Amino acid sequence: MAIKGAIEVDEQKCKGCSVCVANCPTGSIRLSDKVNSKGYHYAEMTGDGCIGCSQCAVVCPDSVITVYKVKI
Amino acid sequence: MISIEDIKKPENIAYRRPALLTDNVMHYCPGCSHGTVHKIVAEVIEEMGIQEKTVGICPVGCSVFAYNYIDIDWQEAAHGRAPALATATKRLCPDKYVFTYQGDGDLASIGTAEIIHACARGENIVVIFINNGIYGMTGGQMAPTTLLGMKTSTTPYGRDAKLNGFPLVIADMIAHLDGTAYITRQSVHTAPAVRKAKSAIRKAFEYSQMGVGLSFVEIVSTCNSGWKLSPVEANKWMVEHMFPKYPIGDIKDVPAGR
Repeated sequence: MAIKGAIEVDEQKCKGCSVCVANCPTGSIRLSDKVNSKGYHYAEMTGDGCIGCSQCAVVCPDSVITVYKVKI
Repeated sequence: MISIEDIKKPENIAYRRPALLTDNVMHYCPGCSHGTVHKIVAEVIEEMGIQEKTVGICPVGCSVFAYNYIDIDWQEAAHGRAPALATATKRLCPDKYVFTYQGDGDLASIGTAEIIHACARGENIVVIFINNGIYGMTGGQMAPTTLLGMKTSTTPYGRDAKLNGFPLVIADMIAHLDGTAYITRQSVHTAPAVRKAKSAIRKAFEYSQMGVGLSFVEIVSTCNSGWKLSPVEANKWMVEHMFPKYPIGDIKDVPAGR
């Protein structure tokens, strides 16, 4: 059995502080090359290493991350 | 192989923002600790199911607009006077959960008298104290809690004890007062720290209804704009420089016999 996770970022509300990037244990978040309407490089998931541990969402100051987790 | 779209289904949600947080975009700078603390306060209120019975007191400072972000009853206090307003609210409505949310410029400077006397009287309120060692809102001036040697816009060569005096360690100071029941110092820079801070805030809310005295939760925080660092660097700076002066952990827990 493996655990797979995914995150969904509210791109328009993300301020690109990258605290989630620093806290991700699997390096599955990065700041996007694109910017949102306020000019911030928002966070996005990268690769398929996410384990749905929620650490990114817990430390997110703007609460823009929703975490999903499944056991497969 | 399961696709990302298959994982992102409502039944698979492991974590989402608390419903008590409003949809307003927070005005705080990117990476500000205030947002994280607002979130855990909202989570605690939601988990305890006390939305209708909670009254928050806003300070003056960056968190002056806290009432825009958590969907509960709020009052706005004059600068530093949140503990006085909380005293009145709690005495008039003893069944309400009353908490103040104050920064260090508000609580440790202009409001020092109010917090000390509220502690000495043993009011059954919760005080959430955000300590980032700087006046964030007004442009990063020196606060009473600024560390020695720390550069701010009014101490450009670093805080000098001869000229500016020594930092005020409020939590240790009020621990000597008999009216306080629970005093703890937490932080929100990593996920485990956020979870510990959340359980401390929950404990404080529970104690406030037991009538054992004042509960004080200090959150050692960052002000990356005021410190002129990136949010991630500010967290590292806080661990290296703030924690030795403001160590994390419980200082006093009278109901638990400590």
